Amino acid sequence: MSIYGLLFDQTECIGCGACEQACQAEHDQEPHEVTKLDDQSYNWVEDLGDDVFTRHFCMNCEDPTCVSVCPVAAFTKTELGPVVWDASKCMGCRYCMLACPFEIPKFEWYSRNPRIEKCDMCIHRVSERLPTACASICPTGATTFGLREDLLREAHRRLNDNPERYAGRVYGEHEAGGTSVLMLLSKDPAASGLPANVPHESLPHLTWSVLERLPQIIPVWGVFLGGMYWLTDRKNTVADIEGYQREHDDD
Amino acid sequence: MTKFTIPRITFWRCITVLLAVLVAGIVVRRFTFGLGSISNLHDGMPWGLWIGFDLLCGVALAAGGFTITAIVFVFHLEKYKVLVRPTILTAFLGYLIVIGALLVDLGRPWNIWHPIVFWNPHSVMFEVGWCVMLYTTVLFMEFLPFVLERFGIHKPLRLWHRYLTPVLVLAGVLLSTMHQSSLGTLYVIAPQKLHPFWYSQALPILFFVSAIPLGLAMVSVESYLSLRAFGKRLHPEILRDVGKATAVMLMFYLTIRIEDIIVRGEFGNIFAFDAASWFFLAEFVIGGLVPMFLLFRRDIRENSLALMGTQTLVVLGMIFNRMNVTVTGFQLGTGASYIPSWMEFVLSIGMVCIGMILFSFAVRNLPVFEEGPLEDPRPTDPIAEMTR
Repeated sequence: MSIYGLLFDQTECIGCGACEQACQAEHDQEPHEVTKLDDQSYNWVEDLGDDVFTRHFCMNCEDPTCVSVCPVAAFTKTELGPVVWDASKCMGCRYCMLACPFEIPKFEWYSRNPRIEKCDMCIHRVSERLPTACASICPTGATTFGLREDLLREAHRRLNDNPERYAGRVYGEHEAGGTSVLMLLSKDPAASGLPANVPHESLPHLTWSVLERLPQIIPVWGVFLGGMYWLTDRKNTVADIEGYQREHDDD
Repeated sequence: MTKFTIPRITFWRCITVLLAVLVAGIVVRRFTFGLGSISNLHDGMPWGLWIGFDLLCGVALAAGGFTITAIVFVFHLEKYKVLVRPTILTAFLGYLIVIGALLVDLGRPWNIWHPIVFWNPHSVMFEVGWCVMLYTTVLFMEFLPFVLERFGIHKPLRLWHRYLTPVLVLAGVLLSTMHQSSLGTLYVIAPQKLHPFWYSQALPILFFVSAIPLGLAMVSVESYLSLRAFGKRLHPEILRDVGKATAVMLMFYLTIRIEDIIVRGEFGNIFAFDAASWFFLAEFVIGGLVPMFLLFRRDIRENSLALMGTQTLVVLGMIFNRMNVTVTGFQLGTGASYIPSWMEFVLSIGMVCIGMILFSFAVRNLPVFEEGPLEDPRPTDPIAEMTR
C-alpha cells in the first residue's frame, strides 16, 4: 500500500494564492478571497509578513482522529492517503470538529442540511495518480505531491542540506502520530500560525484505551451487582424465616 | 381518581405558554436557516450550552434513576422504596429532554438512527449514542408500570415486577455506568484543547463517580420541588439518610478529583488565582467541599430547609463542573470565544420547563407517589411547611 502525500516548503512559497484558486475551482466553489478556513475554503495561504506564508489545509493524518471519533464512520482514511467524509452517513454531531488536533473540519452553520467541509486531498485526482490541484498549479514547487515516504526523505534531505533555512524539523512527521501532509517551516509552528501543541502520538488510542476495557469492566460490574442482588435478597429471606419462627416460638 | 385533571390557568403557566411559543419559533428558525442563525456556536466552538447543559447535565441529573433503583432493588434497602418512582420519572424525563436537545443540536437530526447501522466501535460518541437509545428504552420500561397501574392492568404487573424489574434495574445500572462515564471519555481525545484542571485520562471515572452524589442530591431537590408544587412532605427521615449518603459519596468523588489534580502535577496551579484557578476553586470548594462538610453535620441534616439548600449546592456544583469541562475549560484550553446567544438560553430553559410540566402532569395522573395520583396543590406556604 502506497500512501500519497504533500510536502509544503514554506521557504519556497511566494504567497501567490494560485493554489487557493485551483482548490476552489477543483471543488466547484465560487471563486473568493480566503481569510480563514471555513465551509467554502479548504485551503488558505496565510500571510505572516516579511514574505513568509503558511498554507492551511487538512493534514490527512495517518491515524486520523476524525475517523476514530465519528460515531457513524462517515470519515475514511483511504488507502491512497486522503481522508474523506461521506455525506450520506453524517448526523452532524460535530465531534470531529471538537476532536481534530488541527481544527480542520468545518461546519455549514447556515444550512438546513449542513455538511462537514474540509480538504479531501483531491481524492478524485489522486485515485487516478494525478497530483492534487494545489500541487499541480504551484509555480515555485513549494507544494509537491508524491509518495509520503519519498516526500519525507526529500524533506530530510533539504533539512540536512540547509539547516539554517528551516526551524529544525518536519511538521507532520510525528504530529498526531504522523500525517500524509508534511511541512518544512522557516519559523516554528506557533509562529507559522499552525497548532504547536499537537501531541506526537496518534490520538485515537487515548479513547480506545478506555473503550477497549469496557468488555472487561461491564461483566465484572454486572456480576458484582447480580451477586449483591442475590446476597441481599437472601438476607431478607432469612430474616423473614427467622421472624416467622420467632412468632411461632411465642405460641 | 379515574378522571384526568386539566391544569388550572395561573400566572406561571401563562409564562410557560409564552416560552413554548418562543421555543417553537426558535426551532422553526433553526430548521430553516441553520444552527448558526440561532446559536453563537462556530467552527472553533462546535459544542456549547446545549451539549454542556442539556446533554451532559441532563444525563448527570438523571443519575438518581440508577442510584436509587440500585439501592432499593440491587441492595434491597427497602425503606428507600418511596423514592424509586419519582426518580425513575425524573430520569425518564431527563433522557427525553436529552433526546429533544440532540434533535436541535445535531446538524442532521434525521440521521440520528445511523449509529444503529453504521458502526464505529472506536468512537466514544458511538457508545454514547447506543447508551442513550438503550437506557431510554430501559427507563421507558421502568416507567410503563405506572401507566399500566393507572389503567388497572394489574395481572401482567405482578409478573413484570417479579421477573422483569430486576433485569431492567441491572441493565439500567450497567448502561448508566457506561453512559455517565462515556460523556467524560468524549473529552479524553482532546488533551491539547481542554484546560489541564479539567482534562484527565480519568475523566470517565470522575464523571461516573460524581454522578452518584449528584443523583442522590437530585432526589432531595426533586422532593423540594414536589413540596413547592404539591405541598407534599417527602419523608424527612429518608432525606436525612440520603443527605448522609451524599456526603460520603461526595467525599469519595472529591478525593479522586484532587488526587487526579495532584498526580498530573496541577496542584500548585490551583492557587495561581487566574481565571482557571477561580473557576476550579468555585467548583471544588463552593460546589464540593462546603456542601460536603455541611452534610456531615447533624444539625444541617435535621433542618429540612438547610438540607435542601445544601443539596441544591451539590447539584449546582456538579452542573458547574460539567459546564467547566464543555465550555469554560475548552475555552481556556483553545482560546475560543463563545457566549451563548439568548436563543440558546431560551431553548435550554424551555427544555427544563417541558420536563417540569411533564413531571407535574405525571404526578397528577399517574401513581408516582405512594398515595397514588396527587390532587390539586394545597395552598400552603412551602417554607413554613418545611421548617415546621
